[in-house]
Parts: sequence; structure tokens; C-alpha cells
Amino acid sequence: MSSTPIRHPGLNLGHAHAEAHEASESLVFGFWVFMMSDLIIFGLLFATYVTMLGGTAGGTGPGELFELKSAFIETSLLLVSSFTFGMASLALKYRTDRKVLVGWLVVTLLLGLAFLGHEFHDFHKMFSEGGVPSRSGFLSAFFALVPLHGLHVTGASIWLIALLGQIAVHGLDTQTKTGLMRLAILWHFLDVVWIGIFSLVYLGGTA
Amino acid sequence: MSHRQLSDEEAREKAQELRSYCWGFGLAAVLTLIPFGLAAFTQIAAATLYWIIGVCGVIQIGVHFRFFLHITLARNKREDLQLILFTVLILAIMVGGTLWILFNLYYRMMPSMIL
Repeated sequence: MSSTPIRHPGLNLGHAHAEAHEASESLVFGFWVFMMSDLIIFGLLFATYVTMLGGTAGGTGPGELFELKSAFIETSLLLVSSFTFGMASLALKYRTDRKVLVGWLVVTLLLGLAFLGHEFHDFHKMFSEGGVPSRSGFLSAFFALVPLHGLHVTGASIWLIALLGQIAVHGLDTQTKTGLMRLAILWHFLDVVWIGIFSLVYLGGTA
Repeated sequence: MSHRQLSDEEAREKAQELRSYCWGFGLAAVLTLIPFGLAAFTQIAAATLYWIIGVCGVIQIGVHFRFFLHITLARNKREDLQLILFTVLILAIMVGGTLWILFNLYYRMMPSMIL
């Protein structure tokens, strides 16, 4: 179907980036192994959350604490940021200048930060309503799962800022290119985990 | 020069990859809007709604893997697919086992924990 030899899962850089294309084979596979181990952590935290759903200890439950509107805004921000990162990957593969690539990356970063700001605002509101982790088993499980995803997004945003710095200082060398490819996997992966969170936690809790 | 000189083949590949991202985004948006819309604006039975949320979620995860992470069932690079499938197996055993054991325990000892 395509002329680019497939060396690893995901978007392959191809002939025009021969060195990065070679280098990314083991790097991307290794990163997938890490990503899958992370998926197991999230999967078990999801399981813990489900087993703790009934354990509100007389405190506030999902129905009172979660807001559908805010979950929808967060979902939209993350989904659009996944798309803009895809556009950045295409710009990396097919363009030689950095302007378009950096533009898409900055848009992605801003969307990620907007997501984090929104989530932080949500947690703040939950805290003010007495929804603190120590209140009940349900809230402990919630604050183990959802903020862990938020921490991942924070880490990914810091990595993105670091990569923007690398692009500015070193240009698009092999290290920067393979870094961008790995961050793309992390970014899309975090959006996949968020599908689980908004379906199970927010929609399941408010429906 | 902003655009690298693309060969015909590369241009086709680029168009195909761009289409793939757009399809992925469109499908994911629809699969997000369906459950949110139903939960926010309709009064259908909770059990039906849970099923719809679950099915949309699972399909959307598939869409993200296919169109954003580019994981396909193609013959090349099978070990990556095997890695993912093995992870799914481990998850199924551990998550399924956790739910089974704990809900059985609740059923026998703490019926109040079962919603």
C-alpha cells in the first residue's frame, strides 16, 4: 500500500529521514513496551475504582460530585489535541521547515495545558464540596485514577516543552525526531486512557 | 522552500495519512458525542445507557488505535500487535480476577457495597 518500509508501529518517517527512521525501530518498540506496562497500571486502577463504587461511606457519591459539562469540555480539548499532534507528526514527516511543525506543537501544548487547568479547577471544586481523597474508599480510588492521568498529561506537556527547546537549539536532528515520535505515542495513548475515564467515571457516574 | 519535494508516491502516502487522521478525528468525535448527548439530553433507561456508553467507548478506543496510533492487523511488524494483545490478556486476567473476587466477597459479606 505505501512505499515507506514499516519499521515500527505508528507513523513511519521513511526514506527522507533515513537516520531517524533506522534509530526509531528499537526506540519506538521499547516505548511501546513501557506504554503497555503503563496501561496495566491504569487498567488495575480502573478495576479498583469499580470495586470501590459502593464505598462512599455516607459521603458524596459520583452523582453529586461530577459535572457532565466539564467532563465534555475536557474530552473535547484532549481529542482536538490528539488531532493537532497528528498534524504535527505529518509536518515532521513531510516538511523541511520547522514553522508548521512548531505551530502545531504549540497548539497541542496549549490544548494540553487548557485540559490541565480545567481538571485542576474540577478537583478544586470537589475539594470545596468535601470530596477529598481521605473521605471514603470511593474518593481514594477516584483520586488514585484520574489525577494519575493528569500527572501523565503534565509530564507529557513538560516533555513537549523540552522538545520545543531541543528544536530551537539543535534543530530537527535525529534525537529530536525520535523524541517527537515517542511523545506522539504517549500523547495519543493518554487520550485512549481518557476514553476509559470519561466513559466509566464521568458518564457512568452521572448517568 | 517549505515543502520538501515529494515524489508522487510520497504525495499519495501523505494524502492517505492525512485522510486517516481526519477520519479518526471525525469518528472519535461522533463516538464521543453520542454517549454525552444521550446522557445529557435524554431520559433512557440506565441499563441501556450503560451499554451504549460501553460500546461507544470500546469502538472509540479501536478508532484511536487504528487512526492515531496506526496499529493495524497488517502482516508486517506482528510483534507489536502481539505485545498489545499480550497486554490485553494480562489485563483481562488481572482486572477480571479482581472484579470477580471482590464482588463475590461483597455478595457474601458486604451486600451494601453492591450498587
